[in-house]
Amino acid sequence: MSKMFKKFEFFLFLVIVALIVFFAFSTENFFTWENLLDLLISYSFLGIMAAGMLVVLISGGIDLSFTAIATVAQYIMAITIIDYSGNLFSAFLVAGIIGIVLGGTNAFLIYYLKAPAMIITIATLNLFYGFTIFITRGKWIYNFPDWFNQSHNVFSFTAADGTYYGIPLPVILLVLVFILTYIILNYTMLGRKIFAMGGNIEAARRAGFNILGLTIFVYSYIGFLSGIGSVGQVLILHSVQPNAIVGRELEVIAATVLGGASLAGGAGSVLGTAMGVALLAIVWNGLIIMGVSSYWHKLIIGLIIICSVGINAYNRKRKA
Amino acid sequence: MLNNNDNNLFNIRSIYQKDPTLSILVIALLFIILLLFVFFPGKVLTANNFESMAFQLPELGILSLAIMITMLSGGINLSIIATANMAGIVSAFIMTRMITESMTGSPIPIILLAILAGWLVSVLIGIFNGVLIAYIGVSPILATLGTMTLVGGISILVTKGYVVSGFPEEYQYIGNGIFLGIPIPFLIFLGLAILVSILLRRTPFGIANYLIGSNETATRFSGINVNRTLVITYALSGLLCGIASTIMISRFNSAKAGYASSYLLITILISVLGGVDPYGGFGRISGLVLALFILQLVSSTFNFLGLSAHLTIAIWGLLLLITIGLRNIKSTSI
Amino acid sequence: MNEEILTMHNISKNYGGVHALKSVDFSIKKGEVHCLVGENGSGKSTLIKIISGVVRPEKGAEIIINHQRENYLTPIKSIQKGIQVIYQDLSVFPNLTVGENIFVNYYTKGGIQWVDWKNIKNVARETIKKVKVNLDFNETVGLLSIADRQLVAICRAIATNAQLIIMDEPTSSLARHEIDALFSVIQQLRSAGITVLFVSHKLDEVMEISERVTVLRDGSKVGLFKRTEIDDKKLSYLMTGKEFVQKKLSEKVENRKALLEVKNLSKKNEYKDINFKLHQGEILGIAGMIGSGRTELAFSLFGMNPPNYGQILLEGKQVHFKSNESAIEAGIGYVPEDRIEQGLIMEQTIKNNTTVTIFEKLLNHLKMIDQKKQQSTVQHWINTLSIRTSSIENPVKTLSGGNQQKIVLSKWLATNPKILILDSPTVGVDIAAKNSLYQIMRELSQRNIGIILISDEVPEILYNCHYILLMRKGRIVETFQPEEVTEKELNDKIIGDGQDE
Repeated sequence: MSKMFKKFEFFLFLVIVALIVFFAFSTENFFTWENLLDLLISYSFLGIMAAGMLVVLISGGIDLSFTAIATVAQYIMAITIIDYSGNLFSAFLVAGIIGIVLGGTNAFLIYYLKAPAMIITIATLNLFYGFTIFITRGKWIYNFPDWFNQSHNVFSFTAADGTYYGIPLPVILLVLVFILTYIILNYTMLGRKIFAMGGNIEAARRAGFNILGLTIFVYSYIGFLSGIGSVGQVLILHSVQPNAIVGRELEVIAATVLGGASLAGGAGSVLGTAMGVALLAIVWNGLIIMGVSSYWHKLIIGLIIICSVGINAYNRKRKA
Repeated sequence: MLNNNDNNLFNIRSIYQKDPTLSILVIALLFIILLLFVFFPGKVLTANNFESMAFQLPELGILSLAIMITMLSGGINLSIIATANMAGIVSAFIMTRMITESMTGSPIPIILLAILAGWLVSVLIGIFNGVLIAYIGVSPILATLGTMTLVGGISILVTKGYVVSGFPEEYQYIGNGIFLGIPIPFLIFLGLAILVSILLRRTPFGIANYLIGSNETATRFSGINVNRTLVITYALSGLLCGIASTIMISRFNSAKAGYASSYLLITILISVLGGVDPYGGFGRISGLVLALFILQLVSSTFNFLGLSAHLTIAIWGLLLLITIGLRNIKSTSI
Repeated sequence: MNEEILTMHNISKNYGGVHALKSVDFSIKKGEVHCLVGENGSGKSTLIKIISGVVRPEKGAEIIINHQRENYLTPIKSIQKGIQVIYQDLSVFPNLTVGENIFVNYYTKGGIQWVDWKNIKNVARETIKKVKVNLDFNETVGLLSIADRQLVAICRAIATNAQLIIMDEPTSSLARHEIDALFSVIQQLRSAGITVLFVSHKLDEVMEISERVTVLRDGSKVGLFKRTEIDDKKLSYLMTGKEFVQKKLSEKVENRKALLEVKNLSKKNEYKDINFKLHQGEILGIAGMIGSGRTELAFSLFGMNPPNYGQILLEGKQVHFKSNESAIEAGIGYVPEDRIEQGLIMEQTIKNNTTVTIFEKLLNHLKMIDQKKQQSTVQHWINTLSIRTSSIENPVKTLSGGNQQKIVLSKWLATNPKILILDSPTVGVDIAAKNSLYQIMRELSQRNIGIILISDEVPEILYNCHYILLMRKGRIVETFQPEEVTEKELNDKIIGDGQDE
């Protein structure tokens, strides 16, 4: 299995390299530090949520409400910081807790209502989102305190020629999240149990696994990541835009599935997900830089998704 | 000896036993009507309101039919709204480009062409979905999310986000006209509901669709061509989306890439409320129709109360959860 | 001298109106090898599930383990008390490696504990060595054969230092040398003080390995015996309550018209050089272990697994089936091994399950299904095959195993087949229904229908077939006339000596 897997990830890697080469030669603005950093920053949010989605898919479930959870977390975090006081840590804390609470709610509903997770999370998506927009009237929030709006860079330094280099916080967050997810999935019993549950839930039950506990963890995790990821997003945009996140569910799911996760559960890897996110990010960015009219974007992304899930599914079918 | 309940039309208990879902829905509907009668007399249950409900409800109803048949087969069609919009855009383009102020002769042949073209496009999208799901083996969620994005993308590309509008009067009649006192969309919906019901319950295709929803493998082993059945299901789903769009764009007198996006959740809600098993294999049109009426009444009441659209959709989400919860309680007590 | 490790009193379980267990008392002594024996439907699976905590008994039950009394168990409690079950359906995780599967019970120690991959490797290696098998602990279990998966399941139970290991029909896919290895492991466990509960309906194994035997029949305990007190015949009588005199078939069928002829049929990695003829009214048995290629061959005859090479002739004409639809049209029906996943659509009605193969034949002039015709067709089969049900609108899962299998038969008989392939048709069927099915088979053969009977049960093949093929590793290695061979001889031939493994 590890051999087959390496083949698949290798193939993905080749595609990414091919795309990078293609865009690098098609336009001079693609292969620059600025652009690549920009790319990393703008896709950090998606990447963080994809890590959460990976864990959910491995467990055999799915979550369509995480974009709404991110939106709720953003709002509450913003209100807390602006109307009360706070610092960066409390911002992440508040958002993270909201994410865990809402994600945990999903978990209980999915466990006890005995209906497909997809339908339950479509319901909670609309419940969370609709309610939030109703209460906030869909307002954009701009008026963040100065300490929030300054650019947060880690490992920054000023080079000899005066250029300022630094890695933005959201990017560090992305890396940390990937590392954390990798450790959980590969080095903790919790993670291995999640894999097991996704592979054969009845066997997991018989082996005495705490299915409810695992479900709570999985959905709270994606909730948590959606929450803290959304803070990262606000740090970049310096504003909360209520309708910016909801609607992008497919991109996140697609990135994870592109990277080898299966909707049936039991499979997937952090490396694969990272590559899936990278693939989408590069295509999106490349199209913009090449000046392809934005009207083409949705179409092209849709095409890529269909082609890749199609190829994946067909290969799986042939092997069976 | 077989049960002979069919003869006991007036045996209420046996009717309840035959289909508890239906009975509960009827009771719920009557209950809501009663509530409205008592608390908002003359405000919601007016002839005017009934008429406007009868105009709005059909497109939602037909879209619900579209998603229901796919859910019965054990899958789901998340691309129904995108498909409907695309079909509408195609029809709209044909009509606005080919029917000009200065033309002589009746626009009706072109209208027919436009309508059929829209339906053709929606059926093709449905076939594409079916092939992806049945022959290539993509899971229905992924496949239809993918086509939703792809078709949505094509719609945006083709319209550049603009609205396509300005249809001839004759066309507007479809969505706004009345025949024998009943709004035409409503007649279309009723006709479709009856046709689809017969198709599902009395034809080999329909029954096979249910069986696949319960156990695709065993159905295949029994000699049913599962792949072909699924393609037909999704093609039919597409066709229904096309018909819904014919009515929709007539009522709005325009077509756009992003219409009716909130409808998706509602169609799922109506299906599940109407008794469709989210895992597939069970569900009846009669239940769906009742659920549709209930939701339309509730929706009109919310309108009347001035509830924000966002709160309404949050309530739909909550209602879907409650419905699923009630199903569970019901099934564990059996 | 030995104290009891597990004592159960007054264990009952009802499912709807069915009494799966009726006030059973059961006990096992520490360190013994105890066999739980019974036919399908006797309640032994339910009893096991109660011990493992997956199912709760009715009120009034008492379970005592190591002097601790409970009214019922949960999976985790059962595991904590040192009980490990190796299930018949194996319960392995196909997406994890062999090593992880063996190690999995350590995961329930709780908490976010760190996974020590080295430790997993060691534990896995040790266990595999103990059972003397050839498993690569890095291999993904999903890619293993069923026999290998069974070994993984056994290793897993052994790896956890359990006090009581329950094996539910563990030898169904094992070759002789693997069974020997398993039995020697069981002896090792015994000398280490571990108790083994061995659930089986294979009498020869029971006689070989057990010290004491508990017999269940129809949900009640028939008795507890020392191995020295019983023999094959007595056990069989206790299990079924009847003396069975089975007569072998005596008609000569080779001179009749050949319905089906298979020549040099081969499919890579599945079967090779298959040659045989099926005559009108003949019941042809195909015996062999799991993995011998019989089901793959059956699939090919049914159009679901095109062969690479060779010919299939139906009544003299060569056929190439592209799908099972064409096979069905040609007059072949297939009753699959797995009734639940492949044979029936459990949640749907008896009516639809019976007519699913003949919808096209029930159409009226409007191309819709004629309800009356449908109902009368179903009623016909219910009467003909003596199927007991209160309404044909009930879901087929409400029927007993035997009646369910009769519905599967009905749906194929409704197609007026020339040939019926029955793949392990009496699994999960109680003894009375089994005999009913055998009777039906004989009647069908009287009507000139050709039957291919694939089975793992030696008596079933020996007493119901006109001719027997033995397959091993994809080839036909021997053929028998039933009168040429005894049960024991046939059994030995099937298991073989494992030398060609």
